[in-house]
Amino acid sequence: MHQDFDINLEHITKIEGHADLSLKVRQGEVEDVELKITENKRFYSQAVRGKPALNVAQLVSRICGTCSIAHLTCCLEAVENALKVEPSEQTKILRKLTTYGMYIRDHAMHLYMFSLPDVFKKDSIIEMADSHPELVDQAFQVKAAGNNMSKMVAGRAVHSTLPMVGGFAKVPDKEGAAKTVAELKAAREHLFQLMQIFKDCDFKFERETRYVCSGNKDYSYLGDEIISSEGVPVPKTHYLWHLQRVIIPYSTSTGFQFRGKEFMVGSLPRMNLKKDSLHKDTRRDATSYISLFPSKDIYNNNLAQAIETLHAIDHSIELLETTEFKPEKPVEVKEKSGTGVAAIEAPRGTLYYHIEIENSNVKEVELVIPTAQNQVNMGFDIKKLVEENIDRPKEEIEFEIEKLIRAYDPCMSCATHFLKVKWT
Amino acid sequence: MAGKLKVGLFSFSCCEDSSIVFVELLNDHYKEWLPLVDFKYARIMKTKNDPTDLDVAFVEGAIANERDRQKVLDIRKNSKKVVAIGACACNGQPAGQRNMFDPETKKEIQFIVDKFKMMDKVLSVPEVIPVDDQVAGCPMDEKRFIAVLEKYLVEFGIKK
Repeated sequence: MHQDFDINLEHITKIEGHADLSLKVRQGEVEDVELKITENKRFYSQAVRGKPALNVAQLVSRICGTCSIAHLTCCLEAVENALKVEPSEQTKILRKLTTYGMYIRDHAMHLYMFSLPDVFKKDSIIEMADSHPELVDQAFQVKAAGNNMSKMVAGRAVHSTLPMVGGFAKVPDKEGAAKTVAELKAAREHLFQLMQIFKDCDFKFERETRYVCSGNKDYSYLGDEIISSEGVPVPKTHYLWHLQRVIIPYSTSTGFQFRGKEFMVGSLPRMNLKKDSLHKDTRRDATSYISLFPSKDIYNNNLAQAIETLHAIDHSIELLETTEFKPEKPVEVKEKSGTGVAAIEAPRGTLYYHIEIENSNVKEVELVIPTAQNQVNMGFDIKKLVEENIDRPKEEIEFEIEKLIRAYDPCMSCATHFLKVKWT
Repeated sequence: MAGKLKVGLFSFSCCEDSSIVFVELLNDHYKEWLPLVDFKYARIMKTKNDPTDLDVAFVEGAIANERDRQKVLDIRKNSKKVVAIGACACNGQPAGQRNMFDPETKKEIQFIVDKFKMMDKVLSVPEVIPVDDQVAGCPMDEKRFIAVLEKYLVEFGIKK
């Protein structure tokens, strides 16, 4: 059966951005898995050159709609690192809240709108409005809690206006903070049903690989060092020693290997590597879900995202209830030139920025995107998945491939940038 | 699906921020909109999509290659109204920032432009097809989007 056939998926749905997939099966063997990121390059690596370093974060925010806050925050930190700016403790708290707002909104979008329809065998969340009305209500309530928190802390949830080099243009007021806490507490209750659904879900796919993320003490997304399932942590400034570019000629994105082998970044690696640093309330109330990690099952990336959403809510509630925000001027920038590195955990994995600044203007920016890091790993997974399902009808194999790709929560808008290699 | 406004949401070269704003607008509006709007084409939400016979197509992103130019021409043919949403669709920027590169930088990126058969110049949507409305902003302005959708719900007799 099915000794020779081709699969061509054009424009994979319910992911962020544009990607195609083609593969060939010959004599029952899977050949030529090509996951093609088809986003048009928008040439940010060239466009940032010569731009004022203090403003460049607003431009790179436009690389990605859904994780704009990750690009904005990581770029600000890289500029600060280059120009020797140390932000205040209050600014660090506000950045945590800003990124948590993004996590809640972005994870909830992926889990409720992209993944749950797979679980319930529906085409979309719109169909679920008839079959699972309560869950759809919960979806929009959880998403709104994150979206509104980002608006309250950062001005906007997409291309935020308030974060800047050395601080924030405005700090939250008490009424805004109290309203956000009430929304977060209401959303929190819904996370338990969501975690249970993904725990009960019978999707399973396992393959040995390596896991990488940036580590810190409180599972917030501002990374200090790079940790991996391979052992010894490395300083974030040394990331390029461990990541190798892999040229993928048919894709507008570059792939990466970690110490010469494929690897994964994102929620599953974070849960596998640092679940002990989750918020205490999350650990107390979600023990039965957290205990399933470490896991090799890619579909547990969904459960990991749900747990992370709970953590983001719990830590945000604590920060908002225990911090008295006071207006403060941004730290004055004295240096005009320097080189800086930053690594943060974006929802889909570790995002690195490396920036060179000369006379207050950007000379060069290089960044490494989570989805690009996962691209090689996804290719190996798809190959094994097809091999394991080779006797099933082609339509079912295609559905399984899309489902697997969605579990990674890839972001193609991001993946296609900052490519310096030349194809031959 | 008689009695509903047949809508498509399309995305070209951009960061999809207006799609995200749309998905977030659903938080407050989905109960009101779902009985009134048939989302026939919205790949960010659905696997089964039909781009034909649309009342209103919302188009996000700039047009950077021939394949996309053909697609947007088809959208125009298949839709009674076309609305450009977000800065990249309305004025081609920042997705089309390569249009403004100096000759040296253009030379640097030319091999990629050639390799992926991109057009020499990135175009806004109104440069390719006539549009009936524009919702500007980066990302698109939420209130303006709601106003345009409301306008068409009335114009197509879905809502009084």
